[in-house]
Amino acid sequence: MIGSSGAKAPPLASPLVRAIARNWSAAFLLLMLVVFSLATPNFLSITNAQNVVHLQTIGFLLAAAETFVIITGGIDLSIGFVMGLCSVSAAKLMQLLMARGLPDATTVVLASVVVLLLSLLPGLVNGIVITRFKVPPFIATLGMWGIANGIALKLCDGFPVAGLPDLLPRVGNGYLLYVLPGNFLSFFDKPPDFPDARIRELWRLIPFSLPFIVAVLGFLAFRLSRTAFGRHTYAIGGSMDASIRAGIDVDRHLVKVYVLSSFLAGIAGVFNVFQTGIGNYTTFNASYEFFAVAAVVIGGASLTGGKGRVFGSAVGVLVLAFLENGLAISGVQPFYRYIAVGVLLVFAVVVDKLFPDLL
Amino acid sequence: MNEAASPYLLETRDIVKRFGGLTAVDRVSIGVRPGEVLALLGDNGAGKSTLIKLISGVYKPDGGSLLVEGKDAHIESPKDALAAGIETIYQDLALAENLDVGANIFLGRERFKKRLGFIRVLDDADMAKEAKTVLDRLDIRIPSLKAVIRTLSGGQRQAVAISRSIYWKAKVLIMDEPTAALGIAEQRKVLDLVRTLRDQGLGVIIISHQMYDVFEVADRIAVMRRGQLAGERLARDSSPDEIVGLIVGSETVTRR
Repeated sequence: MIGSSGAKAPPLASPLVRAIARNWSAAFLLLMLVVFSLATPNFLSITNAQNVVHLQTIGFLLAAAETFVIITGGIDLSIGFVMGLCSVSAAKLMQLLMARGLPDATTVVLASVVVLLLSLLPGLVNGIVITRFKVPPFIATLGMWGIANGIALKLCDGFPVAGLPDLLPRVGNGYLLYVLPGNFLSFFDKPPDFPDARIRELWRLIPFSLPFIVAVLGFLAFRLSRTAFGRHTYAIGGSMDASIRAGIDVDRHLVKVYVLSSFLAGIAGVFNVFQTGIGNYTTFNASYEFFAVAAVVIGGASLTGGKGRVFGSAVGVLVLAFLENGLAISGVQPFYRYIAVGVLLVFAVVVDKLFPDLL
Repeated sequence: MNEAASPYLLETRDIVKRFGGLTAVDRVSIGVRPGEVLALLGDNGAGKSTLIKLISGVYKPDGGSLLVEGKDAHIESPKDALAAGIETIYQDLALAENLDVGANIFLGRERFKKRLGFIRVLDDADMAKEAKTVLDRLDIRIPSLKAVIRTLSGGQRQAVAISRSIYWKAKVLIMDEPTAALGIAEQRKVLDLVRTLRDQGLGVIIISHQMYDVFEVADRIAVMRRGQLAGERLARDSSPDEIVGLIVGSETVTRR
């Protein structure tokens, strides 16, 4: 019998410590919510919570994209600018289609579909450069970072692309339920005769973005944890050699992962047009890719690969979002946010190093 | 002798592999029969590992041929080798350390079940059950099948790697330094395991530097030197001194 004696397996921390280490970011999120709720009266409200989550739709998408890439042991720095490129090109395309006299709904649907298809391209290029030419992911996607940004700026001349169909923000910022307490309730849109002056009395519940992002994250989490695609993603991050020798087509798989990443950035870009009603290029200091990576790491992934969860990354996004929101509402200077994010990021990596067998 | 008449399970004929100007494997012909342990020896850089990688599909040969059960095998990738029944256990074991035992045994060949009649999901319970069956058959104990490989000891990892190969009904099992990273007690168990596998009719090719291991389990010994086959001996007719002589290139080495 092999393996029962002379084993020098690493000692394991107690189950309680491991449980805390595994879920520290969720615990930190709860703690933060409690503290901000006690510290400021305006923090704890459905409106504020909904706003934070709604405004982070893009953050969730980009963090989910980065989760897959980071689990393989890579990194995708291009997602922020790919998002901007997709936002600008969707808006430009809508302008063109409107000028042709197409109805608004057709314009919006057609442009969105075309841009979502185009959003596969940056990832395809990233994946091929990384697997065929063995360029490190950091450099390959940094190249795409510049290319996507350059094309976006060229397309829009450095200005937001406006003059798009009104239905965009109505859909993008719509809610499932509109309630005037004790009076009435309507679905999908505020009652047509409701005076704008009283808009603040109206409860708007469940932004459309919420079921949308829950469905997307749920699907991605399912793919990652319950399918061969996800299993192979973890395996490649754990040992590329083992994966190759197990007969997995690692190059092909990595291309798929980078395509998925840029497709999710494409969804984020199109969503951005729906949310703001204009096409926005990504500004240089927006650092979407940085916050996505930070959220993924705070959510328990390891930059050395093999580890990470979609919902963990979503918790990471919420930690960063409520941190910013809570500090702002409490009247703390915004600079402290960066310090807090920095501390959290380093703390996350320390936890990862202290508990290498937590998955 | 009548053994020579039995067909090889796996055979290389004048197989060649070059890296630029270097000929790492130079027209090497070796073979292993069912129920036989062939030890492959040679100094560092003699071409053993390259030969193994040719057989297991990691490298494509620049010349010569590879035969499985007497027929030309078209092995262009590790997947082809696995399909032909050739399983390789490398020194680094090639386990995904972040996955559990079942996931590793089934890596690349996962089992699925249907959810709601049409959604294909991984069947982890079934894979864990099968893993336990094969571990039990080889009398291997692992504290928990849910444990990820990173938490296992060297011997346990070796056992998982061997179980994976056995599970996939290997015809030929190639082991690269199987005892190198193990304690004494675990080394003996691995050698016992090799004998068990041989008795079950597998062809086993074992690379080892440990002369003791080689004479303990091998039926035949092939020695490589500078990419070429330097010689082949039946273990029972040879001695460690003679083999060392073949390895270093002076058959007349004596130490008495």
